Amino acid sequence: MAKITYIEHNGKSHTIEVANGLSVMEGAVQNNIPGIDADCGGSMACATCHVYVRDEWFNKLPQKEDGEEDMLDMAYEPKKNSRLSCQIMVSDQLDGLAVNLPEKQGS
Amino acid sequence: MIKTDVVIIGAGPTGLFCAHQLGIIGLNCEIIDNLDKIGGQCIELYPDKPIYDIPAIPECSGEELTKNLIKQIEPFNFKFHLGERVQEIKNENDKWILKTSKEKEFIAPNIIIAGGVGSFEPRKFSVKNCEQFEEKSILYSIKDKTIFKDKSVAIFGGGDSALDWAIELSKSSKVFLIHRRDDFRGTQASIDKVKKLEKEKKIEIYTKFQISDAKGNGILDSIEIKNDDGEKKLIKTDYVLGFFGLLMRLGPILDWELNIDKKKIPVNTENFETNKKGIFAIGDICSYPGKLKLILSGFHEGALAARGCFKYARPNEKLRFEFSTTSKSVHSRLGIKKDD
Repeated sequence: MAKITYIEHNGKSHTIEVANGLSVMEGAVQNNIPGIDADCGGSMACATCHVYVRDEWFNKLPQKEDGEEDMLDMAYEPKKNSRLSCQIMVSDQLDGLAVNLPEKQGS
Repeated sequence: MIKTDVVIIGAGPTGLFCAHQLGIIGLNCEIIDNLDKIGGQCIELYPDKPIYDIPAIPECSGEELTKNLIKQIEPFNFKFHLGERVQEIKNENDKWILKTSKEKEFIAPNIIIAGGVGSFEPRKFSVKNCEQFEEKSILYSIKDKTIFKDKSVAIFGGGDSALDWAIELSKSSKVFLIHRRDDFRGTQASIDKVKKLEKEKKIEIYTKFQISDAKGNGILDSIEIKNDDGEKKLIKTDYVLGFFGLLMRLGPILDWELNIDKKKIPVNTENFETNKKGIFAIGDICSYPGKLKLILSGFHEGALAARGCFKYARPNEKLRFEFSTTSKSVHSRLGIKKDD
């Protein structure tokens, strides 16, 4: 179990407890957090669960696989600290993780 | 006006197998898809990625699955209407009238929505200023490549579309290729070719850059690109091309007075009918308790929806349950001749 904070583009923040083994994307979708679309359902085939991971956390997360970087090419305003939230698996170690949501997921 | 028993919206695996099930029970259908090819997400998102969970097929690619589904419905000669989107529907005397983006009209007692997560649309630049130049000098697809002759073109993206067009247009245009990172994800041969053209000064490549502004007074004059460190460059260009893949949008479906919950259409699990009589939803677009977004679930949903259509298409007939192994009528629909 980890407390994860999702910060919408307008600054509104949601902190929820997400069970281990779920992805950060699933935590958002199951708790109706706006701003994460996850059109493809977590198969790394779209880029609509795009989040920015705060610097203090970015390097603690397991590295991206190639496919994730490819999909991020298609994200709305990708940055250095961009991740697909469907590829971040929740564990106790992620307790306190905060992610910022982009202005939108598509365009 | 095209008259049929069922209009299927969406030519992905779910729509294709549903067409098969309609054919098996003796109904006709017409299949419409906004993409210009058959296969839906399988062909657009992962044509060469392997799928491991189709029953009895240990491994296949999206493209192979699509090919086989097309082959399976060949005997029925159903017609596809590709590259067009259903824009409007209305009900008249228990029949649905559909109009597409190409002004084609259909009339049918049944509509099956197998629309996945909506129709695909190109992803656009996020920079606000780009909008005013869209469809004139900022484009997301190429219809006529001759307009670029002797002009300068800034191409954005790192996949095969961006690379292929950079190579092609470099023959007669000044080409800039701009990508947000050093790695290109296109095929190695195209990457090598682009790098070679860069050495020959046929293409200028800027990596780790993204567009940050578009300038011009009515006509595009230049664009500004920026990298992660804030470094900016001004590029004078006549055209800008963006190849960032496709987005999925529910689009006009939202206006059809269907119940929609979290971008999905709730259905009953007996025949996958929606809140509107004669409109069914199957595959990724439908929702019900326990819904799994798997291709195999879409197949099951399509089989039941097809039977749900029967009572509206043939109100005076009774649908008999038959096995394809033994039924003579199914064999004749499939065009199977027994040489006994």
